[in-house]
Amino acid sequence: MSKLGSIGARLYRGEVGYDFIGKRKIWYGISILITITAIVGLAVRGLNMGIEFSGGAVFSTPKTSVSTAEAQAQAQSASGGHQAVVQKLGDGALRIQIGGLDTQQAVPVQEQLAKELKIPVKDVNTQLVGPSWGEEIANKAWLGLGIFMVLVVLYLAIAFEWRMALAALIALIHDLTITVGVYALVGFEVTPGTVIGLLTILGYSLYDTVVVFDSLKEASKDITKQTRFTYSEIANRSINGTLVRSINTTVVALLPVAGLLFVGGGLLGAGMLNDISLALFVGLAAGAYSSIFIATPLVTDLKNREPEMKALAKRVKAKRAAAAAKAASQEDAQEAPEGAADGEDGPAVVGPRHQPAARNRGRGRPSGKRR
Amino acid sequence: MAAPKKGRRAPAGQGHPGRTLILVLLAMAGLIGGMFYSGTLTPRLGIDLAGGTSFTLQAENMPGKPNAINETNMKTAADIMDRRVNGLGVSETEVQTQGTNHIIVNIPRGTNAKQARQQVGTTAQLGFRPVLTTTVGTKTPEPKPSPSQSGKNAKGKGGEQAGSQQHASSSATPGAKPTTQGRAVTDSLKKAPSAKPTPSGSAKPSTPPAPGGDQIPPALQKRLNALDCSTKQGRAAAGEQAAATKPSDPVVACNTEGTQKYVLGPVGVEGTDVKGAKAVFDSQQGQGWIVQMDFTSDGGKKFADITGKLATKAPPQNQFAIVLDGAVVSDPRVSERLNGGNATISGGFTQQSAQDLGNMLSYGALPLSFKIVDETTVTAALGGEQLHAGLIAGAIGLGLVVIYLVAYYRGLALVALASLCVSAILTYALMTLLGPAIQFALNLPAVCGAIVAIGITADSFIVYFERIRDEIREGRTLRPAVERGWPRARRTILVSDFVSFLAAAVLFIVTVGKVQGFAFTLGLTTLLDVVVVFCFTKPLMTLLARRKFFADGHSWSGLDPKRLGAKPPLRRRRTAPTQTKEA
Repeated sequence: MSKLGSIGARLYRGEVGYDFIGKRKIWYGISILITITAIVGLAVRGLNMGIEFSGGAVFSTPKTSVSTAEAQAQAQSASGGHQAVVQKLGDGALRIQIGGLDTQQAVPVQEQLAKELKIPVKDVNTQLVGPSWGEEIANKAWLGLGIFMVLVVLYLAIAFEWRMALAALIALIHDLTITVGVYALVGFEVTPGTVIGLLTILGYSLYDTVVVFDSLKEASKDITKQTRFTYSEIANRSINGTLVRSINTTVVALLPVAGLLFVGGGLLGAGMLNDISLALFVGLAAGAYSSIFIATPLVTDLKNREPEMKALAKRVKAKRAAAAAKAASQEDAQEAPEGAADGEDGPAVVGPRHQPAARNRGRGRPSGKRR
Repeated sequence: MAAPKKGRRAPAGQGHPGRTLILVLLAMAGLIGGMFYSGTLTPRLGIDLAGGTSFTLQAENMPGKPNAINETNMKTAADIMDRRVNGLGVSETEVQTQGTNHIIVNIPRGTNAKQARQQVGTTAQLGFRPVLTTTVGTKTPEPKPSPSQSGKNAKGKGGEQAGSQQHASSSATPGAKPTTQGRAVTDSLKKAPSAKPTPSGSAKPSTPPAPGGDQIPPALQKRLNALDCSTKQGRAAAGEQAAATKPSDPVVACNTEGTQKYVLGPVGVEGTDVKGAKAVFDSQQGQGWIVQMDFTSDGGKKFADITGKLATKAPPQNQFAIVLDGAVVSDPRVSERLNGGNATISGGFTQQSAQDLGNMLSYGALPLSFKIVDETTVTAALGGEQLHAGLIAGAIGLGLVVIYLVAYYRGLALVALASLCVSAILTYALMTLLGPAIQFALNLPAVCGAIVAIGITADSFIVYFERIRDEIREGRTLRPAVERGWPRARRTILVSDFVSFLAAAVLFIVTVGKVQGFAFTLGLTTLLDVVVVFCFTKPLMTLLARRKFFADGHSWSGLDPKRLGAKPPLRRRRTAPTQTKEA
C-alpha cells in the first residue's frame, strides 16, 4: 500500500501523471475501433437470444444418469419435433431447452419428458415463456433505458453543464455498445439476467464518470480568472487526481461481481447469477475505461471550442512564452505574485514537474473564499 | 493560510457525532426489534429461492371492450384470482398486479401447480345462454335426438362445479331468498339435472341462430352429434371454438366435466352484467350452500326477461347455462321470472362447488381475459441451491472487498467495515420487514442487486477516504482534514448516488418481472448508502479523528502522512510552491 499510497500522493501533486487529454486521439481511435468491431459483430453474428426472449421451455432435471444425446432425442420426440438443446451441468443435472413451445403445449411435454427420463414430475424445474413475454421484458428495458438517458442527461446538464451531460451520454452508449458487442462476438446467450446486468451498467458507468466530472467542475470553477493553465491541463489533472479513486472504485465494484461470476459459473453452471455478473463484468470494465479515456477528453474537446477557453489558451500560451523568455532566476518572482493573486496553484501534468497539483486549486478555493 | 484556523473551526461545525451515532444504532435496534416483534426474522424468499411455481399472466382486452385494462379491473382480477387460487387450499399463494397489464401468481412449493394453472389460466368469458337441448357428452353415433325429449332422465353428472342436481321434476321450487342486499326479490334457480341421454353433435357458432326456437337447426344438431366431450382434447377444442363464437350466435358446448353437451342459444345476459357473486351458506331455509348473484341494473332487466321466457318452457329448455370460456359450468333450471336484479342458485352445492361457481361468476364480470406468458417452476432443491450460491457469492464478494480495503486503507478499513456492517444490517432488516409490509420477496436478482450494492456502498467510503487523504497530503492534520474533506466528498457521494438511484427508480417503475426485483434492491441499498455515510461513517470518522491512533497517523491507521506522501513540515518546503498559499 505504501507504494500505491505514494503513487497516489504523487499523482495528487502532479508529480507523475499520464497525459490523458494530450493522447486522447489515440484513445478515441481505440474506442472507435472497438465500437466498430462491436457493431459489426452485432450486425454479422447477431445476439444469441435465450428462450426467455424467443419463447419456449427450459426444463432442468436433478442429477441423472441419462446422457445428453439420449435426453435430446427424448426431448425432441416428447415435444413433437421441436429443436431441443441439452446441456449437462456440473453436478450431472440436465438443462433442456426447447424453443418454440408455447406455454400451453409445454405442460404435456414436461410430463412426458419426466416419464421418459424417469424423474418425478415434481422434481423437474420448468420455465415456460410465451414469446410475447420476452418481448415485453425487452421492450420495457428499452423504454427504461430511454427514459433513464433523458433524465440523466437533464440532471447532468443542470448539475454540471450540457457538455458534460453530452460526454457522459456518449460514454454510456459506448459502454453499452461494447458490452452488447462482446455478447454478439462471443455468442453468450442473452437472458433477462443479461438485461439486468446491462441496465445496472447504466448506473455504474455514470457513477464513475460523475465523480471525475465533479472534480473537474471544482477545479475549473474560476478558470478564466487565471492564466496559468488551459482547460485541457486542468481536465488532465482532474483525471489524474481521481485516478486512484477510480481504480479503487472499479476494483471494489468488480470484486463482488467476480464473486458472483465465480459462483454463478462454477457452482451453478448457468443461470441468472452468471448472466448478470457476466454483463456487469464487461460493462464495468468498459465503464471505468470510458469515464477516464473518453468522457473527460470529450468534455475538454467541447469546452475548448468555446471562445472563452480559446482566449484562455491563448493567454496561457503568451504568458508561457513570456516566462520562457525570462531568465530562470526570475521564475520565482513570476510565480509568487501569481499565487497570491488568485490563490490558485496546481500545475498541470504537462507543466514543470515540481509544480503543485491541480487538485490544489479546488482545495484552495474554500479557503480563498473564507478570506 | 488559514489551515490552523480551520483546524479550530472544524470541531464546532461537526455537530454531535456521538448523538448521530447513537441515533443510527437506535434505528438499527428499532428495526431489529421490529423484526422480532413481527416474528419475521428472515426475508420472504421468492419462488426462485424457496421453490414453487410462478405464473405471469398478461391481461388482454376482450374483443369489443377496449380500454378495459385499468387499475380497478386489474385489481379485481387479482383479487378474484387470489381467492380462486387460495381456494385450492394453498395458504401462501400470492397474487400481485405488476405494471399495467400483468398479474403475477406465486405459489409456494408443495402445491398442486397443475390445478393452480387451470384455475389461474381459466380466462373469463362468462355468459348466460338458454339451453336449447342437452345430451350426454359422448359422441353420438346416430344423429337425431330431438330436443324435446331431452329433459328427461337426469343422469347425475358428478361435476364438481355444476353440483349435483336434486330434483328431476320440471318445476323448480322457488326458494325465495333474501339476498344480501336485502332486496326482497329473489328467486331461486335450481340446478338442473344435467344429464340427458342422447345424441351429440358439435355445433359451431357460425351456424344459424335458433334463438328462442324450439327446433334445433340441423347444422347445429349435426355438430352436437359430432361433439365428443368425453376426452380432454375434445372439450378443449369445443371450449375454444365456443369461446370464439359471437355472443349473438348459438353454440354447442360441453360442461366442464365432459358428461353433458348442449346446444345453447344466444347470450341472454353477459358476464359483465353480473355485479358480484358469492357463495353463502343458507341456514334459514336449509338449502345448504347456494350462490348469490347481483346484477347491474341493465343486467337485472335482461335477466328478468330471459328468466321470464325460460320459466314458461318445458325441460330442458327452462334451463339456462352459465358458460365460462366456452364450457358450461352450471345449468340451473328456472321456475319463474326473476326480477329485482339478483338471484340465487341452489341445489346440491358443496361449499367448494358453490365457491367455485361464485368466483367464476365474479370473474366473469371483468371484461378482461388473461393468458399465461411465463411460468416458472423451481423445485425446492434448486431453490435452496440458488440461495446457497447467492450467499456464497455474497460472502466471496464481501471477503474480497474487505481484503482489498484492509490492504489499501489499513486502519481506515475498520471504518469501512463497520459502515458496511451497519449497511448490511439495515438492508437485511428492511428487507425482512418489507416482506409482510409490501409483499417484497427476495429473489435471485434481488440477491444480485444486494451483492452489486456492496461495491456502490464501499465506493462512498473510498470517495471520502481519498478526500481525507488528499487533505492530509496538503499538510493538514487529521481532524481538520476529516472536516474539510467532508463537504466535497458529501457532494460527490450525493451526486453519484443520485444517478444510481435514478437508474434504479426508472427501472423499477418501467420494467416488469425480475428486473423489478433487482431495481428495488439496488434503489434500497443506494438510499441506505446515503443514510449510512451521513449518519454513521462521517460521525465515526469525526470521533476516530480524536483518537491518538488515527490522529497521529500510526502507520497502520491508513492515514500516516509520510506514507501518503505528505511531509509534515510541508508548508515550508521550497520545492512545493503550492505551499506559498497555504502558509
